[in-house]
Amino acid sequence: MQASTVAERAARESYGRLVALLAAKSGDLAESQDALGEAFVAALETWPRDGVPSNPDAWLFAAARRALIDRYRHLAVRDAAVPELQWLDALHAVDPSDPMPFPDERLKLLFACAHPALVREARAPLMLQTVLGLSAERIAGAFLLSPKTLGQRLWRAKQKIRDARIPFEIPEVTQLQERTADVLEAIYAAYGTGWDDVAGADTGTRGLTEEALWLARVLVQLLPAEPEARGLLALMLYCESRSAARRGLMGEYIPLSEQDPSRWQRELIVEAEATLNAAAACRQFGPYQIEAAIQSAHAQRALNGRMDWAAVTQLYAGLVHLTGSLGAAVAHAAALAESQGAAAGLAALNTLPASGTEDYQPSWALRAHLLRRLGDRKGATEAAIRAAGLTEDAAVRTWLLRQNELPDSE
Amino acid sequence: MQYTLLVNETAADFARRSSAEAPAYWGAYMAYNAALAAAGVFVGGAGLQPPASGTTVRLRGGARQVHDGPFADTKEQLGGYYIIEVPNLDAALEWAAKCPAAPTGSVEVRPHVPMPG
Repeated sequence: MQASTVAERAARESYGRLVALLAAKSGDLAESQDALGEAFVAALETWPRDGVPSNPDAWLFAAARRALIDRYRHLAVRDAAVPELQWLDALHAVDPSDPMPFPDERLKLLFACAHPALVREARAPLMLQTVLGLSAERIAGAFLLSPKTLGQRLWRAKQKIRDARIPFEIPEVTQLQERTADVLEAIYAAYGTGWDDVAGADTGTRGLTEEALWLARVLVQLLPAEPEARGLLALMLYCESRSAARRGLMGEYIPLSEQDPSRWQRELIVEAEATLNAAAACRQFGPYQIEAAIQSAHAQRALNGRMDWAAVTQLYAGLVHLTGSLGAAVAHAAALAESQGAAAGLAALNTLPASGTEDYQPSWALRAHLLRRLGDRKGATEAAIRAAGLTEDAAVRTWLLRQNELPDSE
Repeated sequence: MQYTLLVNETAADFARRSSAEAPAYWGAYMAYNAALAAAGVFVGGAGLQPPASGTTVRLRGGARQVHDGPFADTKEQLGGYYIIEVPNLDAALEWAAKCPAAPTGSVEVRPHVPMPG
């Protein structure tokens, strides 16, 4: 194998493990990443000449450690205020000749990056950058931010981790569930960002869904007893199975109910089902498992062409109860319309507070759909215009307007 | 690692200090102080007189500008501070959450600048 290929593979597979290990000792993410960057550069210079070492991870770690120590020596000479760095001794304790020298510290890294003391918007990008080694440019594109804005946000977060000494630790049991929820939310945010970007399918940001799936798999592996991690993985696998079916040949929007199940990826559905079953075996329900169960009900349509709307309605009711989220409440009304009729759905929709639904695109889209079914064409048209005006996705806008026989050209 | 806990209290919190609830108010802080001391994390701190007792000083162009009251007029005002020595932010947040002001006011946790040497 080419040295450059080996280095790239190590970057991809080991980046997070090595950063986690360095940062867990130093508490300084930025310095750890820079040092690891230097180690990768050194590897690309020496491996083609001297051959690839038997344990590339250990080689990279040793080189990064040297770089980190050099950096701190430099700082110590320049700035007498640098405190005693006992943690450097701890780094010496790792023996790079040991074939499995490293404990897997990625979970600690995930928890540090998802710490509630960090600004919420920084958490998902920080995880992607530190655990998967994605470049700031790549992440900036995915989150629709300028690289400069994102760079500043990441920089501030890393400063805060260092200065406030946010620990690289798995939280105590009392905090674990809440913190795990933060980690899951950040992973789901990364997935949603990639998913929403179907409109710009030509950009590289679609791949963010893959990265989020990868993070979720890491998390399931690291936290095998956490059913919500499996629930999230299952949820994303169901969504991923339908990624090819949600747009037509011309890029037009196809709502879930009209998708062709034969275009869903069967092997992803099978994996999702197995993952959800494993989660359910823990007998501890949570919102991600419920959402995955709803997606499972949709996936059943691929098997028998039927949808159990009564079950879906109940699942959404459970989700509303657990999360109180507006999205869940609107989806519950939509499911109710399928299981008990459009009037029941509309009645449920009308009970939601106007302050929340006023600017919420899905609630107007549902209202348009239900009013049309109930024969109120005028009301349906008005609601469809509101929904179209609130959507960011041109294909969805076109679909909404066409449904209501409105001109859809700009 | 040292952190300062800045204890921000509401006007109602300050009023409790000299009301019928004063024994409960001060009792809560006595217990909190004792817990910090018993855990060996207490470094220092003080309760502060209410904001109305404050005086703000600026030196502008060599001239001293003195005015009555705190720097900013906000809903919550600094009512006291603690300096604690704990391993990391999570440990500091644990103590901040136990501060009697946390349920009604707020507690800001600030890491100290490392001492030279």
